[in-house]
Amino acid sequence: MSAAKNINITLQIWRQKNSKEKGKMESYKLNNVSTASSFLEMLDQLNEQLVNERKEPIAFDHDCREGICGMCSLYINGRAHGPDTGITTCQLHMRMFNDGDTIVVEPWRSVAFPVIKDLVVDRTAFDRIQQAGGFVSVNTSGNTIDANTIPVPKDDADKAFEAAACIGCGACVATCKNGSAMLFVGAKVSQYALLPQGKVEATNRVLNMVRQMDEEGFGNCTNTGACEIECPKGISLENIARMNREYLSASLK
Amino acid sequence: MKLDSKIPEGHISQKWTDYKDHLKLVAPNNRPKIDIIVVGTGLAGASAAASFAEMGYNVKAFCYQDSPRRAHSIAAQGGINAAKNYQNDGDSTFRLFYDTIKGGDYRAREANVHRLAEVSGNIIDQCVAQGVPFARDYGGMLDNRSFGGTQVQRTFYAAGQTGQQLLLGAYSSLSRQIGLGKVEMYNRHEMLELVKVDGKARGIIARNLITGDLERHSAHAVIIATGGYGNVYFLSTNAMGSNVTAGWKIHKQGALFANPCYVQIHPTCIPVHGTNQSKLTLMSESLRNSGRIWVPKKKEDAEAIRAGKLKPVQIAEEDRDYYLERKYPAFGNLVPRDVASRAGKEVCDEGRGIEANDTNEGVYLDFATEIQSKGKQTAYAKGNHNPSQEEILTLGKKWLEEKYGNLFTMYQKITDENPYETPMKIYPAVHYTMGGVWVDYNLQSTIPGCFVAGEANFSDHGANRLGASALMQGLADGYFVLPYTVSNYLADDIRTGKISTDLPEFVAAENSVKEQINKFLSNNGTKTVDHFHKRLGLIMWNKVGMGRNEKGLTEAISEIAALKEEFFKDVYVPGSADELNPELEKALRVADFIELGQLMAMDALQRKESCGGHFREEYQDSEGETLRDDENFSFVGAWENKGYDVTKSELHKEELKYEFIKIAARNYK
Repeated sequence: MSAAKNINITLQIWRQKNSKEKGKMESYKLNNVSTASSFLEMLDQLNEQLVNERKEPIAFDHDCREGICGMCSLYINGRAHGPDTGITTCQLHMRMFNDGDTIVVEPWRSVAFPVIKDLVVDRTAFDRIQQAGGFVSVNTSGNTIDANTIPVPKDDADKAFEAAACIGCGACVATCKNGSAMLFVGAKVSQYALLPQGKVEATNRVLNMVRQMDEEGFGNCTNTGACEIECPKGISLENIARMNREYLSASLK
Repeated sequence: MKLDSKIPEGHISQKWTDYKDHLKLVAPNNRPKIDIIVVGTGLAGASAAASFAEMGYNVKAFCYQDSPRRAHSIAAQGGINAAKNYQNDGDSTFRLFYDTIKGGDYRAREANVHRLAEVSGNIIDQCVAQGVPFARDYGGMLDNRSFGGTQVQRTFYAAGQTGQQLLLGAYSSLSRQIGLGKVEMYNRHEMLELVKVDGKARGIIARNLITGDLERHSAHAVIIATGGYGNVYFLSTNAMGSNVTAGWKIHKQGALFANPCYVQIHPTCIPVHGTNQSKLTLMSESLRNSGRIWVPKKKEDAEAIRAGKLKPVQIAEEDRDYYLERKYPAFGNLVPRDVASRAGKEVCDEGRGIEANDTNEGVYLDFATEIQSKGKQTAYAKGNHNPSQEEILTLGKKWLEEKYGNLFTMYQKITDENPYETPMKIYPAVHYTMGGVWVDYNLQSTIPGCFVAGEANFSDHGANRLGASALMQGLADGYFVLPYTVSNYLADDIRTGKISTDLPEFVAAENSVKEQINKFLSNNGTKTVDHFHKRLGLIMWNKVGMGRNEKGLTEAISEIAALKEEFFKDVYVPGSADELNPELEKALRVADFIELGQLMAMDALQRKESCGGHFREEYQDSEGETLRDDENFSFVGAWENKGYDVTKSELHKEELKYEFIKIAARNYK
């Protein structure tokens, strides 16, 4: 247990006016940052300072600030979501840093996630992959059968849940040297592969999702495993293996 | 204005069935001629958009996030209720209806709540069919757990991430419709105005948050599903971007705003750490099953703890005040949320709060007793009937870890304190808003064609809300209510044809938005948007928070009026209108929060009774418990806007009739 204290830091932050203009790193000094603050609260503090100095604040994505919405991103000191494991940037706290530190902050790095402004990137490629087949084609009419007429073994349900816990933040892509989205897509394919629902469309699902993933410009997987290490939700590489099996058997049909 | 709730006649158990049988329909071949706008893509919005598209309507859906999957419904932890009676413990539609009405402190509408209970079972069926991975037992059947305020096990869950899984289910259905081209999805867009033509809702003005372009979108009906307004307090458990703008804009266009003073304050959040705090984090209520809540008996001890001179473990047992166990022996630490929250505030107001921050607000949630008893129990179960203190501690902590491990880790990440070794610090925080836009039984606001769903409307939760009931309402509205009632409304629109966005009403609405934006950007004041938002939050928390009184509320109303003047005069918004400009987005939202905050204070002032989340200090019994006044206040307070000066708003009352449930006092002693 350590009491909160205030530290002074220097930030090197990627500034880019919009998707068309070139960006560059800029340096900012920020004093009196409480070590009890989250990383995003530190950025709030910097922005408050910038606005008071009549300078343009830094745009960054964030929303729930409790580690579940997946909106926050940020490459901090060369790591997706910064120097801690199993968390999103909103759960990273300034006590991870020391007085006098220089912290480098960049947007997600991937061709498939173009920069919109400063630290904000476009992750709609993930949405388009899901729209290509990441669902069960059930009518939303409420006339489905009683839920307990579809029994699911507990182990399968638990595994499906673990895969479904992906928050779609994109850390896997950002941290992969190939910019691969296979952990994300693998998690989604796995969720449905493990459940009895939607089995009839399993073949189309995996073929369409993988096709869309390739079209979006994500790279290939070379089993380095960086994605798994940086995933804030501990999504396992097993999901990529499962997707590959699903894809192979779908391709052979 | 006369409020017509349009509640159908007949027995409560037949109202919805009979009503549905007589609603007008739109034939499948006519549905592609009709456009529907859905604003917000959380549980209510995503499920509504997917359902309308499935039926064959053209849908445009809007959200301010980069993807509909990020709506704040995703953060709900506990579960979703449904009267399935899978556990054979006597649950039924009526019991769920009864518990929800009672939990709402008899300030919700009977017919709406019964309908909610009726469709609750369908929600589970629908979600399971979509592939939502709910918890299962070893037989492969769905598992249930119990939740506060009920005596049956009716809560369906997916670990502590039920909201996430339900939202991803709705998002997958929405994604399917987007893929099929039936829904046009507008991410990073914000609705800034409603467009009315001939008195009917016919479209919206939305701002593309990336380019700043103002866009005109027309439709035959507009659905608002934009969640709650807890961020009026600046600090809340809501997502940072959650806002009331869509609801407030339609309010200014004629929709009434109901029961704005009903705010749920959740007792188990991590306390504020300092002035730079942006957001509060909820610790699951389940922790109260194992933790004991206390503060020091003596003020001096609390002061010494805050100064870092004393550690909580050094306070002797007889010097601790387990105030919930003392005041509510029957329920102890498990009293409902509103009761626990108020009791915590009381001891902090007495100067016995333990958090070393500006306000000293915080109490302990202590697991030491549980570690002892569970440690001993585990040792005995292993055949060790003479365990050492060390063995007991190890086994007890292990027991806690299995049950609450992820929550303890989360707490440690945020506070840097180890809750296995030292008690957790908690304090109440704003969590959910039961008030919202007034809607009738069809979920239609007082503007024809403008419907409001989920947390954004007022309808199902009364003055208080039980756990696991918000997710239920969002999905019920979107999947199973709106598809019927909106179709009934649209049946008259099959010959209307496409609505032109060149109509003068669209031009005027767009110009008024443009004017507001330009005003902010050219204001050239001296203070940031957050500066004003934080000040508003402090007024709200201190005077329209857990305890309210006439003096405080009267002061709040005039202080907010002054703040509003200052805000418009002195706020500084950098950047321009034609780019991604988060400061501008915030300014537009805070302008609405300020006005709503004032209305919340007015509503709290007129409601001279205590009920649920609304505790008026003047109305309590001799033991400090809430004193409801059913004689005079059994009504929905619905406000009509009268222009810039919110204090000119006019109160309309919808009388609440309890025909099928007998009203009784709530007692937890």
